[in-house]
Amino acid sequence: MTRFIVIRALQTFLALIGIIVLVFFMVRISGDPTLFMTSPLSTPEETIILQKQIGLDKSYAEQFWIFISGLARGDLGTSFIKRIPVAEQLGSALPNTLRLSLPSFFIGTILGIALGVLGATKRDSILDNGVKFLAIMGQALPGFWVAIMAVLIFSVHWEIFPAAGTGGIEYYVLPVTTMLFFMLPGMMRLVRSTMLDVLDSEYIKLARIKGLSERTVIWKHALRNAIIAPLTVAGMMLAGLVNGAIIIENVFNWPGMGKLIVESTFGRDFPVVQAIAVIVAIMVLGMNFLVDIAYAYVDPRIRYERG
Amino acid sequence: MVLSVEKLKRKRRGNTRWGNIARNLGMILPALIFALLFFTAIFANLIAPYPYDETNLPQRRMPPAWVEGGSTDHFLGTDTLGRDVLSRAMFGAQVSLSVSLLAIVITAVVGTILGIMSGYMGGRVDAFIMRVVDIALAFPGLLVAILLAVSIGPGFFTVVFALSVLAWAGYARVIRGEALRLRNSDFVLQAQIVGASPFRIMLRHIFPNIMNVLIIGITLNIGTFILAEAGMSYLGIGIPPPRPSWGSMVADGRNDLDSAWWISTFPGILIGLVVLSGNFLGDWLRDKMDPRLRQL
Repeated sequence: MTRFIVIRALQTFLALIGIIVLVFFMVRISGDPTLFMTSPLSTPEETIILQKQIGLDKSYAEQFWIFISGLARGDLGTSFIKRIPVAEQLGSALPNTLRLSLPSFFIGTILGIALGVLGATKRDSILDNGVKFLAIMGQALPGFWVAIMAVLIFSVHWEIFPAAGTGGIEYYVLPVTTMLFFMLPGMMRLVRSTMLDVLDSEYIKLARIKGLSERTVIWKHALRNAIIAPLTVAGMMLAGLVNGAIIIENVFNWPGMGKLIVESTFGRDFPVVQAIAVIVAIMVLGMNFLVDIAYAYVDPRIRYERG
Repeated sequence: MVLSVEKLKRKRRGNTRWGNIARNLGMILPALIFALLFFTAIFANLIAPYPYDETNLPQRRMPPAWVEGGSTDHFLGTDTLGRDVLSRAMFGAQVSLSVSLLAIVITAVVGTILGIMSGYMGGRVDAFIMRVVDIALAFPGLLVAILLAVSIGPGFFTVVFALSVLAWAGYARVIRGEALRLRNSDFVLQAQIVGASPFRIMLRHIFPNIMNVLIIGITLNIGTFILAEAGMSYLGIGIPPPRPSWGSMVADGRNDLDSAWWISTFPGILIGLVVLSGNFLGDWLRDKMDPRLRQL
């Protein structure tokens, strides 16, 4: 097991390095950021001074060294546009993103499990069909459009909730609800289908024969086994959450990471883009690593087969 | 497998005439919608009432025909520049379809090749490919799309590339499972005994047997690609304007929700309708061709 963890950790680290190199060069293909920062009237000398100020006069090798050694020290560099440390920018954007995605995540998980279980146990009932309908719609309609329609109905037409911005609890209702759209349908579907499988199994029949109440059978015996499936797709859920944050923050003008990355990519703010990409990569790889370890812990065959 | 009374009942219920019609409706209606979509995309130049970029400022923000103030000249109304929403939606079908279809071909080819190799060859090849697959599947596609769009510059092939660069992994994983299952089947063992090369076995013996899974996967994937393309267009990293795409049309109407709701509303409904059709078609195909894969 230790051997497996060490190998996996090394692989994860290598993948991270690969992604960092890739991101570093990808943002640099995109063009000279000084073009966006100077006016067409400024002289070549001014441009050169600017390049010096933000460190773009150095060779790629030097720039890469500055970037990676800074990263190792926890220094994410300085934003080209705002001229403040990237860490500071992220420090204000990240909490905003978490404020949006964490409630969506928890509500989505709990609601997804509850509705998935109810759909599976009360099969073909009105509730089950409602769940199925919601899942089908959720997987077919584009999230940004649903968000805009929510604005149209609740902000423009009825004027109940604000259309954009941050503030009190009323500002959270629309973004959080529409963000649910990115994760609830998949979650519901997954829980429902694994629950149907589990309910068909021998140990559930045994539990029923033992005379346990239906509630205990479903919510204790069956759910515990069905809940493993959603955990295994934790990585994909994380990806969905990041995608959701990018879209929803841009629709609702929410000052989080999703909005920051879109703005800084268009403004060629390399350090910010790099930092966000690397942070997301660390999150993704870390999640994968943990899931792998958990798998190997549960299923010894994996340790030997895929070490 | 134990056949319970409940299951038999369910089976019988599904075999009534209404059940048959309902099941086939799940194929007929989506197929019609797709046929119409293809027709519109191919002949958009001929059937669209206006060119997609024809602006008409005096007639901007005209409501749809059935709303007060609308006219049948612009059935779905006009946008902020006076462009006909219906015509733009018709041309938008071109973008959605061409981008998605090309991306699907690329992902399916790459995913199938890597999946078969991974499943049949096993060992280090398998371990390496599956590691990359794990990472690709967990990576947020929009982030990659943003990076690509800005580094290569927005355009048709950028969108196609951004859509395919991660999506092949989904195919590779499913196909690998199939290849793994087939690796120890009798016909593969016999081919090995008569001395067929690994390449020949993968191409002639394994590939034909995963066609079903592949076709189902492709159909189910159309919707995902159309949604992803729309998301990119919405963020402004899709096909550059003035060429319309449904996603960018929704974005165009974002600032006029209070005065012209129709600009954002209709393209979104179209996306939903097409994706829904694709998903239904995929489900129907899966039930017909490979009930094993059914998700209940």
